Amino acid sequence: MLIVTCPWCGQREVTEFGYGGEAHIARPENPEQLSDEEWGDYVFFRKNPRGVHYERWVHTHGCRRWFNAVRHTVTDEFFGSYKPGEAPPTVPVSKG
Amino acid sequence: MYFTIKKECALVPDFPNFNPVKCSPLAGLSAPRGGIALQERPFGGKVNLRGNADDQAFVDAVNGVVNCSPPTVPNTVATSADYTVFWLGPDEWRIHCTEDVRYALITRLQGALAGQHAAVVDVSDYYVVMRLTGDKSVEVLNKGTPLDLHPRAFPVGRCAQTRFGHATVLLRKLEDNVLDLQVRWSFAEYVWLYIVDGTREYGD
Ligand SMILES: [Zn+2]
Repeated sequence: MLIVTCPWCGQREVTEFGYGGEAHIARPENPEQLSDEEWGDYVFFRKNPRGVHYERWVHTHGCRRWFNAVRHTVTDEFFGSYKPGEAPPTVPVSKG
Repeated sequence: MYFTIKKECALVPDFPNFNPVKCSPLAGLSAPRGGIALQERPFGGKVNLRGNADDQAFVDAVNGVVNCSPPTVPNTVATSADYTVFWLGPDEWRIHCTEDVRYALITRLQGALAGQHAAVVDVSDYYVVMRLTGDKSVEVLNKGTPLDLHPRAFPVGRCAQTRFGHATVLLRKLEDNVLDLQVRWSFAEYVWLYIVDGTREYGD
């Protein structure tokens, strides 16, 4: 059983959640000034690290809120969840 | 122990000629076994409320109508004589009341919150509430939900939104072995039969 921590509801099973991909991607301020390549990069291209990943989750079957979490993509170890606008938790150097 | 519910609705304000007959989605379904009871709590008023709990004007306005503040601790319930207020999210609550005060509640909330960034939505007919009782009720429930239902994690008085099978449910623990499940109308039959099936191993 994989446990995910919702910043509001606490520890719940992963099947209550939905996954939202990479976090902290800011929508460009002036899309009309971007080249096709820059726009394509914003819309389609994501990091795919083997290691620590900052990502979005939504508590679909719970409070229905979006939040961010830091997870190791190999071990599925979570280093913490945080609400939108909050600073991410620090990840132990040995885990990075 | 099933029962058919069919009765005339109270007249809906503004629609004097609209007088539908209400039917339960659970009418005629088989009953649970093994000393476990499942009963629909039909036709309660249910109102979704959204607003900013950090705004004292919002809290005061809600309090003035339902006589309790919307709970800010996740997965808790606040109650007053006529209303039960469930925490659904940091800016979202659901208020339960009896059917007869449902329209009055909505009208009063809308009046009290006029001009504020808030929302009041009638969801009375969108959800079905069923009450599960019996010694094995927690055991049966855990066949469908991953939620930790041990009293240390889910004590009497708490609520939680979680998953039961494929359905999203709002649980409320009223007493040991007395739990209310609230599900979307279209999931009610599925959840009912899932529970009934889960009780079969406990005897007739
Ligand atoms: Zn949550």
